[in-house]
Amino acid sequence: MKARASAVRLSLLVAYLLFTLAPIYWMVHMSLRTNEAITGRFAWFPESLSLANYRTIFTDPAWYGGYINSITYVLLNTVLSVGLALPAAYAFSRYSFVGDKHLFFWLLTNRMTPPAVFLLPFFQLYTAVGLMDTHIAVALAHLVFNVPLAVWILEGFMSGVPREIDETAYIDGYSFAHFFVRLFLPLIKAGVGVTAFFCFMFSWVELLLARTLTSVDAKPIAATMTRTVSAAGMDWGTLAAAGVLTIVPGAIVIYFVRHYIAKGFAMGRV
Amino acid sequence: MSPTKSINQRAWWFVLPVLVSVAFSAVIPLMTVVNYSVQDILGPSQSVFVGWEWYKEVLRDSELHTALYRQLLFSTSVLAIQLPLGVGLALLMPVQGWRASLVLVLLAMPLLVPWNVVGTIWQIFARDDIGLLGHVLTLLGLDYNYSQDPADAWITVLIMDVWHWTPLVALLAYAGLRAIPEAYYQAARIDGASRWAVFRHIQLPKMRGVLTIAVLLRFMDSFMIYTEPFVLTGGGPGTATTFLSQYLTQKAVGQFDLGPAAAFSLIYFLIILLLCFVLYNFIQNAGTQQQRGNRA
Repeated sequence: MKARASAVRLSLLVAYLLFTLAPIYWMVHMSLRTNEAITGRFAWFPESLSLANYRTIFTDPAWYGGYINSITYVLLNTVLSVGLALPAAYAFSRYSFVGDKHLFFWLLTNRMTPPAVFLLPFFQLYTAVGLMDTHIAVALAHLVFNVPLAVWILEGFMSGVPREIDETAYIDGYSFAHFFVRLFLPLIKAGVGVTAFFCFMFSWVELLLARTLTSVDAKPIAATMTRTVSAAGMDWGTLAAAGVLTIVPGAIVIYFVRHYIAKGFAMGRV
Repeated sequence: MSPTKSINQRAWWFVLPVLVSVAFSAVIPLMTVVNYSVQDILGPSQSVFVGWEWYKEVLRDSELHTALYRQLLFSTSVLAIQLPLGVGLALLMPVQGWRASLVLVLLAMPLLVPWNVVGTIWQIFARDDIGLLGHVLTLLGLDYNYSQDPADAWITVLIMDVWHWTPLVALLAYAGLRAIPEAYYQAARIDGASRWAVFRHIQLPKMRGVLTIAVLLRFMDSFMIYTEPFVLTGGGPGTATTFLSQYLTQKAVGQFDLGPAAAFSLIYFLIILLLCFVLYNFIQNAGTQQQRGNRA
């Protein structure tokens, strides 16, 4: 009975994973074929394993430069988001102060602005402060949607840690800084891991803002991809190869934070 | 947030860096948009104050009403499918070991694809002549063509969104589940609680925090969906998949009606704000009643 139940669970999970992987398989499939083959005929498997599309990306600075730019501003943004959000989330989870509930909800409202019309004001603002086409500009602009998210996720994890832990630490004579870094942060490692992954992810896939705020020096990979539309039609193969490569950095990040997500709190061991 | 927290006004200093950074990148552009929305911009240095005129025009726009209904239907479908599916997946996922790592990495993949690429891949993937999905559906005898049939197009955008974003719900729910101490399950086992009772009275309440985030994120992001359907269907066939954001962009960029577009985006923002506020309070209240019920 139990064995059958777990077999059902496993097959359901596998079925969903196949659904997840099907479009990704198709992307890999396209990346190994030529444009004529992609648009010409259907094939379950690629006829030949040609790495020509990948070669284009690794040898053309306009392509691989896009990856370097994206990774630079995404990492900058992730560090800033988590760093700024940690003390704020602690304040929200531990203290009550004037306007705390309103402020907490207000933070999230900054994610609710439809990007299309805000592009022009963003452009004007960053031109005025002389940050156009820099990695910092994109990293700062992405704070708008990542910081509120980071505060919300971290607050949830911090509220799960009993408040007695803070009080005991203060009675034991620890300074706030020592308590926060040495005792408190290890308890919410899972939360920090999940938060860092989400910040990385949302900044990595955003296109409209990143494209508006950059032109050459900090142009992100997703914007480079829009170049593949040319007079000869879409360059599907190169686009798919670039798409496959955009999954790699994020997959590495989630591989590193997987234990934090999987372990959850270490509360029982305190 | 529980009521027993100590009052400490100095906590404001902890919040200040966040306030300043968000205000710089959000409040200043918002003010600019408010400014546009009450003016008729005739040229780079020429504009006339028109007051509420654009707001009235936008509210009377019948195409906007259609786009709004389409959008509400889409976001409701997104929540109705992705939330149960995501929580279900989180419950199915292995707890530890290499399998857990593998499933996490595989599941997160759709989240990591830039949004324009998502649209591009599905554009080919769903084609009935050269794409895997379209080909399989045609083999099954279905008359499927997303670029011709409005219903097919709408469903394709929905399935694409389910593929793209259900992992977000699953990852959040999974992290929430892992945060439940083993002692709770042991207590339930001693009480002889059923699988459903464990879910209803232990797992679901403990996931309330992460699920609140999941519901709000999925709602607001699906309500603002732009890049993916724009690339996949271009809003068509006809206007079958023209959601609010795309209609707004057509106005702002295509017709260069900056004033009405600004008024539109502020109304848009207020709709999202209102609905999120309602959802947020609904979940918070449901949770409080649940806790009271447990104590009684």
